[in-house]
Amino acid sequence: MDLFEYQGKQYFARYGIPVSPGGVADTVEEALGVAERVGFPVVVKAQVKVGGRGKAGGVKLATTPDEVATHATSILGLDIKGHVVKRLWVEHASDIAKEYYASFTLDRPNKVHLGMLSAQGGVEIEVVAAENPEAIAMLPIDPVNGLDPASARRWVDEAGLDEAARDQAAELLVALYRCYTEGDCDLAEINPLILTPGGRVHALDAKVTLDDNAAFRHPEWDEFRGDEFEDPRERRAREKGLNYIGLDGTVGIIANGAGLAMSTLDVVNQVGGSAANFLDIGGGANADVMAAALEVINADPKVRSIFVNIFGGITRVDEVAKGVLEALGRVEIASPIVLRLDGTNAVEGRAILAPHLSDRLVTEPTMLEAARRAVALAR
Amino acid sequence: MSIFVDETTTVIVQGLTGSQGRFHGLRNRAYGTRVVGGVTPGKGGTDVEGIPVFNSVKEAVETTGATASFIAVPPRFASAAILEAAEGGIEFIVCITEGIPAQDEALTYNRLVHEHPGVRLLGPNCPGIISPGKCNIGITSGDIALAGGPVGIVSRSGTLTYQALYELSQKGVGQTTCVGIGGDPVPGTNFIDCLEAFQADPETRAVMMIGEIGGSEEERAAEWIAKNMDKPVVAYVAGVTAPPGRKMGHAGAIISGSKGTAQAKMAALAEAGVRVCQNPTEAGEAMVEIVRAL
Repeated sequence: MDLFEYQGKQYFARYGIPVSPGGVADTVEEALGVAERVGFPVVVKAQVKVGGRGKAGGVKLATTPDEVATHATSILGLDIKGHVVKRLWVEHASDIAKEYYASFTLDRPNKVHLGMLSAQGGVEIEVVAAENPEAIAMLPIDPVNGLDPASARRWVDEAGLDEAARDQAAELLVALYRCYTEGDCDLAEINPLILTPGGRVHALDAKVTLDDNAAFRHPEWDEFRGDEFEDPRERRAREKGLNYIGLDGTVGIIANGAGLAMSTLDVVNQVGGSAANFLDIGGGANADVMAAALEVINADPKVRSIFVNIFGGITRVDEVAKGVLEALGRVEIASPIVLRLDGTNAVEGRAILAPHLSDRLVTEPTMLEAARRAVALAR
Repeated sequence: MSIFVDETTTVIVQGLTGSQGRFHGLRNRAYGTRVVGGVTPGKGGTDVEGIPVFNSVKEAVETTGATASFIAVPPRFASAAILEAAEGGIEFIVCITEGIPAQDEALTYNRLVHEHPGVRLLGPNCPGIISPGKCNIGITSGDIALAGGPVGIVSRSGTLTYQALYELSQKGVGQTTCVGIGGDPVPGTNFIDCLEAFQADPETRAVMMIGEIGGSEEERAAEWIAKNMDKPVVAYVAGVTAPPGRKMGHAGAIISGSKGTAQAKMAALAEAGVRVCQNPTEAGEAMVEIVRAL
């Protein structure tokens, strides 16, 4: 789960990482209230989960209440790369002497954590990495050993942060590492991490991705939920516990297993169609799950045909077949369904469906033939 | 021959008394795997259809001499189960558990490296391993595999592993071993480990590799193949049409920025002399062609 900046800053604060005083505002009045509370000047920032906010006019400095009102009015409702701004973060504006970059993420090839620190912050780290890779001090961290204060201090020296920032930065990095590990982040990134003319180091932005697999031990994440899905189809699928991603095509996809689902998208594309979604019903899916999956896809007005691609392993094909019939009995499915069924109990599954086959419910022997049929029906 | 397991492998199931452990543990035994025990704390002394249950891995190993463990426990207990297996003397651990936090995976993997360097972990979040006719540990349906080789399969995806087995078996091409390494960010065993073992296995004469988007394991495998492999390799990479920034089911399957795309992986593999196919069926057909020409 990606967090909004304000949520990331709230999360940082839990681990003692210094951030600017600020508050959330959904209306112009609320923005004015926060500005009065934290003190002028303030920065009014659009809360969207996409980069390039500044360039799109989503980040503005305000020195008076009038300016806060003007900027809040213009930013609320602004469309930034398809993300409509519904919420603002208003914080006390910091004077900036220097901008740095700091992050922790997993180094997958080496199976250890990777810290990245640079004295050149404020710009996209990918740009720094491409143009000036030696400006980034990389620190591989063995999860068994963790990051101790002495190593953090050596790392800060190596990255060449200003002398005035080094002690505070080292301390902040140890806190950020704790947030990353104990806080179960896939990514914890600060860009920019700033040094003020007064000699203070703190986080001016927060980019945090939480590991959904760890949600069971973080009840505090509940407050971040709710508005994480902007796509209504994805919200509905989540309510039914389905692993669904909305796309723009016309062929609805249901498959068991992430790999097979991805492969199904690819094959539909290869035969000239386009998928409306990714939907993995997972291992061991029963009739209920299958019926829920069909209902979610049925609610997508763009869908013109539905391709159900099942290779039974833990998932039993007879259960899938029952689910299809159950869904057909429960709701009217607007699009024709093409099924490809193989694996565990495939023979039983096909037998269950046989009496119900029609031009609205067809089976094909292979994945490729089923894809062709589904694409033809979507035209 | 086979890799990592064979007909002499003796297996305990951690979580045998749970629904997944029981179902698959019994299926593995029915396939002919030597399932010699189960482990569930507090249930020692009982049995599951004649398979004795022990309170700890240590006890199970001391009594049965098991060399491998099949872990089928919920995510929050999986890391402890993996470490218990290693501490109890198990050499080969298969963990099918899906949904383990990445931080736990990273820590557990590195603890194994430090404390139990001789132990191999397969998974987590993988379908397991099958050497047709000899040993099946995990959730793969044994009847879709065909004994006798000469193909080795290594795959990051569960259902695509079944698809690959099925495509080959249907066409009469057998497998030496099929390894599902799983789609999580920190797999205990990776492509290169399997390719290395297949290269060294005299009975494996060709390898099918199934990758997916995310990470750079396929690219690293391609580099390794170019330098070290003289057996033919056929590859398929899922996710050509996956949009960037969205996790496609597996925790590891995500395109970040320009990294981890299927196109880049396919190009790297083709560059290494691998025959890259556009879908699983095509990969199956290509492999049949290669095997017939051997």
